[in-house]
Amino acid sequence: MLRRTIPMLILASAGLLLIVAKFSPFTVSWQETVLGWFNILAAVAFVLGAGNLLAVNLEQISSRRPGWAYAAITLFAFAVTLVVGMFKVGAVPNGMHPDIHLAGAHDVPQAPFGWIYDYMLVPLTSTMFAMLAFYVASAAFRAFRAKNIEAILLLGTAFIILLSQTAAGMFLTGWIPEDSVFSFLRLDVMKRGITEHVQTAGMRAITIGIALGVAATSLRLIFGIDKSYLSKT
Amino acid sequence: MLRIRRVPAMLAALLALVATAPLAALPPDPVDVSAVDRPGDGGAAVFVRWRVPAPDETARAIVERSRTVAEATREGAAETPWILVAEVDPLLGQGDGYLVTGIPNSKGDRHASDEIVFRVAFIGTDGERTPAVEAAPVVARANAFLLDKIPLAIVCVVVSASVLAWILLSRAGWSVKIRRIAALEAIDEAVGRATEMGRSVLFVPGIQDMNDIQTVAGVTILGRVAKTAAEYDAKLEVPTARSIVMTAARETVQSAHFAAGRPETYDESSIRYITDEQFGYVAYVAGRMVREKPAACFYMGAFYAESLVLAENGNAIGAIQVAGTAEASQLPFFVAACDYTLIGEEFYAASAYLSGERDQLGSIKGQDLGKLFAAGAIIVGAILATLASLSPSGPMAGASTAFRAFFGG
Repeated sequence: MLRRTIPMLILASAGLLLIVAKFSPFTVSWQETVLGWFNILAAVAFVLGAGNLLAVNLEQISSRRPGWAYAAITLFAFAVTLVVGMFKVGAVPNGMHPDIHLAGAHDVPQAPFGWIYDYMLVPLTSTMFAMLAFYVASAAFRAFRAKNIEAILLLGTAFIILLSQTAAGMFLTGWIPEDSVFSFLRLDVMKRGITEHVQTAGMRAITIGIALGVAATSLRLIFGIDKSYLSKT
Repeated sequence: MLRIRRVPAMLAALLALVATAPLAALPPDPVDVSAVDRPGDGGAAVFVRWRVPAPDETARAIVERSRTVAEATREGAAETPWILVAEVDPLLGQGDGYLVTGIPNSKGDRHASDEIVFRVAFIGTDGERTPAVEAAPVVARANAFLLDKIPLAIVCVVVSASVLAWILLSRAGWSVKIRRIAALEAIDEAVGRATEMGRSVLFVPGIQDMNDIQTVAGVTILGRVAKTAAEYDAKLEVPTARSIVMTAARETVQSAHFAAGRPETYDESSIRYITDEQFGYVAYVAGRMVREKPAACFYMGAFYAESLVLAENGNAIGAIQVAGTAEASQLPFFVAACDYTLIGEEFYAASAYLSGERDQLGSIKGQDLGKLFAAGAIIVGAILATLASLSPSGPMAGASTAFRAFFGG
């Protein structure tokens, strides 16, 4: 009973408070307090997450399951980063308090923690991000196959937008005077028309639907009509 | 002799002319200088008003304010007690007055400033400055309600009232019919396929925390997927990018196993925390997909650049994929790479749709009423804007401007 009632009360009061805070400056500080509580919860939960990471990977190593070497690398990286960051190993001394080790800066590239971030984590994440180009190409190849009317429309629109973004677009249609009756045939004019009217109209329709969906979902949660997020055990 | 007698008189006239020349070019001082707190705001703003007796002779107006206690006592503060606020067109001070914003709050009260004195001086057409005229002290206070949020409050009340009204009507027995949502109907099909193939089901609840309503909606759908997986005895994997989401997902999946009558099949270790780092998380999930080849993949929550990486990997391994997000910019990627996609509002309606409860279905109807209100406002706005463009100086132009301003345009 309490496992469901208390979370529902907390959710309802915090939800109503955040709505009121949108309209009254006097409740802004309450809003900040509520968001502060969430940050405290998230910090505590992070310990849970780290514990789970350790447990899962240690279990994988001890049972020698396939891929256990990756688990070992993960744990090694986790331990090194944790120690270097928590104890500020090799931190650059603070000019005002050079004798106090913990006052030093550890998130600059000169310190090991900053070095790990700048020269290991950032390149690795950039590599993952760069792969997106290939995924976009493969998804576009599949989506633009002209197999029905909708796909043909999609292909035509994409062709106009892509071509208008390149120098070829201006080369092909740039000679049409902007003030002539045929100016609508210019690729840059077509692109502007598609993005400013067709795309904007579609996106706004989706956005309005999303906003209403958020409002309805919030009301269901605040008034305790939707309790599916609560444990039934 | 006569000429000699005239010299002192001429010199006196010349001196008088030189002495009075700058005075003659000075515009008259500002009159009726006052400063009033802007009503219905969050504080920190004041209207400064003044009258310009001779607009033709006045080029600019200089608005200055006194320092707050904190500014005056700050280390290295300048000796002058005045701070230049702005040098503006003198006519801006007439009517409502010139709006001064960014006035610091008092040290002891975050909803009001210290007493501030404003003063205004004019600069004439030849660059000479008149003496400054001070207004009575003013305090910039925060008000209980923000007046510029009234349109938003009205929209909120209309939408909330329609949602609550439909919940009550559905409780009273009114018919609530919701159209079929293919992506949600496909849940059973996808989990069933995974069971038949002897492979796992992957559920990705987005990369945001539980304070994002998309994650809440995703975890709600997870409940239904987990219940179906428990009934079919399929293996479910839920990698999470936030610790709280892991905890919430564990509670939800455990509840689903209880609801399915299979509490013994609940495996806590299948719901695990990976990392908060966006692309670190993606690397894990994509690698896992390539190695384990789940037969069904669900992406329900807040997604950003990783959406296409996940969906394309799922497509490459031949998994049946169902996605749902309210991130409008990611929807095209999911539509291109997944079998079914819950678009925006469908994603939020999923929880109510899957529950089948009258109360929850009623809330979707109320949401539709809000949509009708939005469509009506768009049509009225379009008609007013068209009429205003046909007659830019007619009454419709004013109506169109007022209508747009009401909706924050």
